[in-house]
Amino acid sequence: MSAATPLLRLRDITMDYAVRVLHQVSVDVKAGTIHALLGANGAGKSTLCRIISGLTQPTGGSMMFDGVEYAPRTKSEAEAAGIQIVQQELNLIPTLTVAENVMFGRTPHRLGFVNRHEQRQQARRALDRFGLKDIPVDQPVGELGIGQQQMIEIASALDRECRLLILDEPTAALSGGETERLFHWLEQLREQGTAIIYISHRLEEVVRLADEITVLCDGRHVTTKSAKDVTTDQMVDLMTNSTEATSPVREFQSHRTDRVVMKVNGMTREPVVRDVSFTVHAGERFGIAGLVGSGRTELLRLLFGADVAEQGNLQLNGEPRKFRFRHPWQAVKHGLAMVTEDRKETGLLLAQSIRMNSTLVSLKQRFQRLGWINRSGERTESEELRRRLDTRCNHIEQPVGTLSGGNQQKVAVGKWLVEEADVYLFDEPTRGIDVAARRRIHALIEELAAAGKAIVIVSSDLEELYETCDTIGVMSAGRMVGVNRRDDWSTEIIMRQSFAGYGSSTEGAA
Amino acid sequence: MSNPPKTSRRSALLASVIPYAGMLGVLLLLIVIFSLSSRNFLSASTVTSVLNQIPDLTVIAVGMTLVLIIGGIDLSVGSLLALSSSIMGVVMIDQGLPLAAAIPASLFVGSLCGLVNGLISVKARIPSFIVTLGMLEMARGFAYLATDSQTKYIGSKVEWIGTAIPGLAISPAFLVAIGVVIAGQILLTRTVFGRYAVAIGTNAEAVRMSGINAAPYSIAIFTISGLLCGVAGVMQTSRLSSADPNAAVGLELAAIAACVIGGTSLMGGRGSVIHTFFGVLIIAVLQTGLAHVGATDPIKRIITGGVIVIAVLLDALRQRKRNSRAQ
Repeated sequence: MSAATPLLRLRDITMDYAVRVLHQVSVDVKAGTIHALLGANGAGKSTLCRIISGLTQPTGGSMMFDGVEYAPRTKSEAEAAGIQIVQQELNLIPTLTVAENVMFGRTPHRLGFVNRHEQRQQARRALDRFGLKDIPVDQPVGELGIGQQQMIEIASALDRECRLLILDEPTAALSGGETERLFHWLEQLREQGTAIIYISHRLEEVVRLADEITVLCDGRHVTTKSAKDVTTDQMVDLMTNSTEATSPVREFQSHRTDRVVMKVNGMTREPVVRDVSFTVHAGERFGIAGLVGSGRTELLRLLFGADVAEQGNLQLNGEPRKFRFRHPWQAVKHGLAMVTEDRKETGLLLAQSIRMNSTLVSLKQRFQRLGWINRSGERTESEELRRRLDTRCNHIEQPVGTLSGGNQQKVAVGKWLVEEADVYLFDEPTRGIDVAARRRIHALIEELAAAGKAIVIVSSDLEELYETCDTIGVMSAGRMVGVNRRDDWSTEIIMRQSFAGYGSSTEGAA
Repeated sequence: MSNPPKTSRRSALLASVIPYAGMLGVLLLLIVIFSLSSRNFLSASTVTSVLNQIPDLTVIAVGMTLVLIIGGIDLSVGSLLALSSSIMGVVMIDQGLPLAAAIPASLFVGSLCGLVNGLISVKARIPSFIVTLGMLEMARGFAYLATDSQTKYIGSKVEWIGTAIPGLAISPAFLVAIGVVIAGQILLTRTVFGRYAVAIGTNAEAVRMSGINAAPYSIAIFTISGLLCGVAGVMQTSRLSSADPNAAVGLELAAIAACVIGGTSLMGGRGSVIHTFFGVLIIAVLQTGLAHVGATDPIKRIITGGVIVIAVLLDALRQRKRNSRAQ
């Protein structure tokens, strides 16, 4: 890396919403480097990126891009200057085809009519360039998995003229293989001189990729360093400066007993889930690993009755009765709880209060008499839950949508804790949330295990499964291809199992 | 950020009035304007006429508020009212049965049609806009069929319902309407039923994934809307002294307008029965006031339409401001 003048220079960037979220942040980003932006949720990373990419205008400070004054008022102005952003939330239009999405904003046309042939060809080229040969360009994006959508979005951004690329949690929805592929692209881009601002909560990725890191804490610039000089432990310290987060990761303690709580027999829904059987014991934390699209989320949805299984059933608490739930309310009635993958779409009522969300699941059992809501009981319990989960908010009447991602997730988990279930299904419980919230949720999962609950955790983050689970089952192409205990698992074994179901080629199964 | 709100009794009382301050202000403003422009607007007879004119719209708008809150819409209310009214005529005139039989018949028919609306839209997952549009046509057709397209004069047997009680200036119908408003507001804010309704309208999928079986609640809400059409049918029959299959054409739009003026969201998840009642009052005062100042029908329509759009515009701006503050 040369010590040339930085490509992007931020000076005293300040941003005020109701409160000040960025305090005079100054950072330089050099061409041909990967610059990681670190910080807990609410530290101001996303806001800073929104400013750089023209989605928001700062209330103070200035920017220089490539030596000239730079103050984009819209995203297209930023793009014209050569700055692309891939945000955490997907920005694809589900009803349009892959090709239409990839070429969006630069649709090839003649006399105002879309040149469809050209559109498909260019999109194909863009995807092929990044090894996405198996994604059909004519399929509506909404029919693809979330991991594939993320790859399309990134490929689409990379295909445009771009001198600075901003990636906000790009690997959150990706599996191991896809992440590898992404890293490979990023390294290529760096060699071509593109600057990359990279936001991730996965510190091992940062260590592996980044040349420089900048740490933000509560909207303030903490430090910018060469990535080689910092260990992951030091990064966590810099990001949190709270005593809680600097405490060392606790030793894993198993709470697994011999009592079988949930026995799953041959769950099937073609083609996504095929003949999956496993058992979870009281106090056991059963992790499920696998590539994106291997059927993990779909399996949880079958167990919970969100989708209906074609074959198979589950037995609870050693009883002979076999269940195949047709609606989630049946599953809940028999002691299941599920924290969904997408808290905004399926987990929370964003426009409603923390209180209302907290008691939604348990309202009928705990907070009513003859249909009449016990309002004081409801408030007390919501306050109690807020304290227990350390949810950061002004008050419990605040809409959940105004909280940070980590705190939203605490509410999404918390609603299942009021009236306790026997079996807890967690789908990506800590995706895209900050370190402190992540530890809080892991601690909570351990509390549930200690209380004898059976727990299933689906995660694309292997580290998370290593930290929290007694057992890791691996899914591949819809099947449960391996179940590993703590003593005999390794990343190599799990990765090999993850690819096992896809036959000799590593292409996704049809 | 700011401290949690202190909850002393006085501030709680104040907080419970504040949400209505805006609507109350608009209402008073209208009354002042009309009083200034028409000498005899502010009189006991005007008040009586406004109050006795609104019960049917009020009752229908309460049902509409509930339906809108779950993210649905009920376009069939005007036709259901006419059908209920027609059934009353059939029961009392053709069958010669007493009012005590006609009222249950009216309520039953309304509820039944509402139940059909709910069952089809919820179970078959067809947008309620379409289902109730179909019901709008069908119920009107049945009304004509039942009455042979004739208005059936009933007379004094029903008139008392809509006539002011001596010495009280208000009618039994108005008292029932007030009762429905209060019951609706309590249902919405204090019961599990109301809570689920708001939740369903906010995010139906999240409600489903929270282990709540939403279908019975949604169906019940369409049934309630139908039942209230039956209630309004009785009110209108009494006001017209007759069962009229042509009654209440376009009433669904007036009811939606009242809800929307009251800040109910057409996207679901947000609404208040009390606010809707203010919406009804605003529409009624506007209509009566414009008549007093001698506005012609075209002018009345233009002004009423304008008021609806402005009310929604103000509400949208207020919401946007609140959202940006919450960020």
